[in-house]
Amino acid sequence: MTAATRPAARSAGGPAAHQRPGFTRLMAAEWTKIRTVRSTLWSLILLVVLSIGFTALFVGLTAGTWKDMDAGDRAQVAADPVSFILGSGFFLSQLTVCVLGVLVIASEYSTGMIRASLLAVPRRLPMLWAKALVFAIIVLVIGIAVSFASYFIGVAIMGDKVHVSLGDDGVLRAVVGGGLYLAMLGLFALAVGAIVRHPAGGITGVIGFVLVLAPLTALLPGSIGDHVHAYLPSEAGVLIAKAHQGDSDLLTPWQGYGVFALWTAALLAAAAYLLKRRDA
Amino acid sequence: MIEAENLTKRYGDKTAVDDLTFTVQPGRVTGFLGPNGAGKSTTMRLLLGLDRPNRGDARIAGVHYTDLPAPLRVVGALLEARAVHTGRSAYNHLLALAQTQGIGRKRVDEVIELVGLTGVARRRAGGFSLGMGQRLGIAAALLGDPDVLILDEPVNGLDPEGIVWIRTLMQHLAREGRTVFVSSHLMNEMAVTAEHLIVIGRGRLIADCSTEEFIERSTEKMVIVRSPEADRLTGVLTAEGAKVAPSPDGLLTVTHMEAPRVGELAAAEGVVLHELTPKRGSLEAAFMELTRESVEYGAGDAPALPGAPPGAAVPVAAPPAGPAAEGENR
Repeated sequence: MTAATRPAARSAGGPAAHQRPGFTRLMAAEWTKIRTVRSTLWSLILLVVLSIGFTALFVGLTAGTWKDMDAGDRAQVAADPVSFILGSGFFLSQLTVCVLGVLVIASEYSTGMIRASLLAVPRRLPMLWAKALVFAIIVLVIGIAVSFASYFIGVAIMGDKVHVSLGDDGVLRAVVGGGLYLAMLGLFALAVGAIVRHPAGGITGVIGFVLVLAPLTALLPGSIGDHVHAYLPSEAGVLIAKAHQGDSDLLTPWQGYGVFALWTAALLAAAAYLLKRRDA
Repeated sequence: MIEAENLTKRYGDKTAVDDLTFTVQPGRVTGFLGPNGAGKSTTMRLLLGLDRPNRGDARIAGVHYTDLPAPLRVVGALLEARAVHTGRSAYNHLLALAQTQGIGRKRVDEVIELVGLTGVARRRAGGFSLGMGQRLGIAAALLGDPDVLILDEPVNGLDPEGIVWIRTLMQHLAREGRTVFVSSHLMNEMAVTAEHLIVIGRGRLIADCSTEEFIERSTEKMVIVRSPEADRLTGVLTAEGAKVAPSPDGLLTVTHMEAPRVGELAAAEGVVLHELTPKRGSLEAAFMELTRESVEYGAGDAPALPGAPPGAAVPVAAPPAGPAAEGENR
């Protein structure tokens, strides 16, 4: 019994004698937490498979029916081939990031792990920041890799039907932007998960918003509708995966990403406030 | 040392902890006793900074828990509700906690060994039995080799062997000079584990004293007497101020008088005695009586002992108290 081997003299130096562990230690702990549950592995595998699979499927279908498409559709694809290629994969695969982002924090609440986490980091906020940062880095790295893979696969399938190259204006930024978008989306979902504290509720909320509610606002009439749609988090954020501002876009790619970042920052701030305030 | 000062916590209009003030000293096991719903878990969560008190203050080793730089190295806690991700293995759970405090992997292996989970450390904690989960929680509490241990119902779900193990462990940790604060709703368990008791009911302090004193104070002494001249003896004893209750099998239960005095009076009057046995009332019954007013979820008005008729005076009226054996022989 190791506890037994200690001499009877306790409390040498008092409770403040121990050093506060640095932020990198908290990040190491969060890395351990994220990599040691199966949902992480499955979500990330699904992200890769869905991205590449749907890119190949949609781009392949478009390329196969290229001759039968009307000139307007062809022109739309040719105007920004990167956006088309990345969009065809990410439209569905981004859901895995939404799910994982919510789960990373909400599953701590549903299993009770949050109590152990907060006993270890009773100031609470460093735990949230470490978790958010580690998760964002993971999604960013994998997101950029997947984005490049989708791009090359899409370009190969399209062949000579459209002309696009990484050297073209904005293309490289758009491909990297695919990863940036997913990383921010992950943080967005994590913030919602931290606020809702319930996996099912959080996942439903984020997916419902990103996949249903936000696209629907495009149907709102008039200039107000256009503005509402343009400034919604995911609709604005996805602009970063376009080579250049489209004719109907109110925001440039970086402006759009900035809007998404502001939304995410606001949600994270709300999550932080609630984490600090609420009983765990 | 743990200090609670006027600790008060309300959930809505329900007061879970009501103006609690107590101190837990190092070097002994302090039992935190109360019926279910008395506010034990809430009090512990307040001590650990998980819940915020509406009023009052809780300090461990002189500071608020939230101000401890490396809390797991000072305080080890086992919460009543499980605090483990079901999808993560015991080893990885402990590793993640260790990393937050800069505790090495060697210590993780040590505590796994200490609580006897070595064989299952790589298995997902979701598949653990209640007892294994409890051992994992204790491993997490011991991870930082803390001076203060706060354990909420640690014997929950443990088999008899496990109960003896955790009892021995707690007493051992206390002898090393640590502060050990352990909650339970089982009086008899606390009687053999704790040296000191803090008893609460409905969130309020009922008693804060040594276990011995608590037993002394709350269980009535009685003397069991068997005599062929029961009626005459009853008269003699009653005349001297004792209370005597006959029972159908010819035994007399004498209260308000010590055994030697009963013997002396019988000898003086020439009454033959066949049996003269000093007894104590059941500790469990005494505890129930003490906290009767404050039971949150009672089965009825009279928390009668199993088998005792409703309305029977609980602590001593069932001589010779069968379930008392455990308490009285300590």
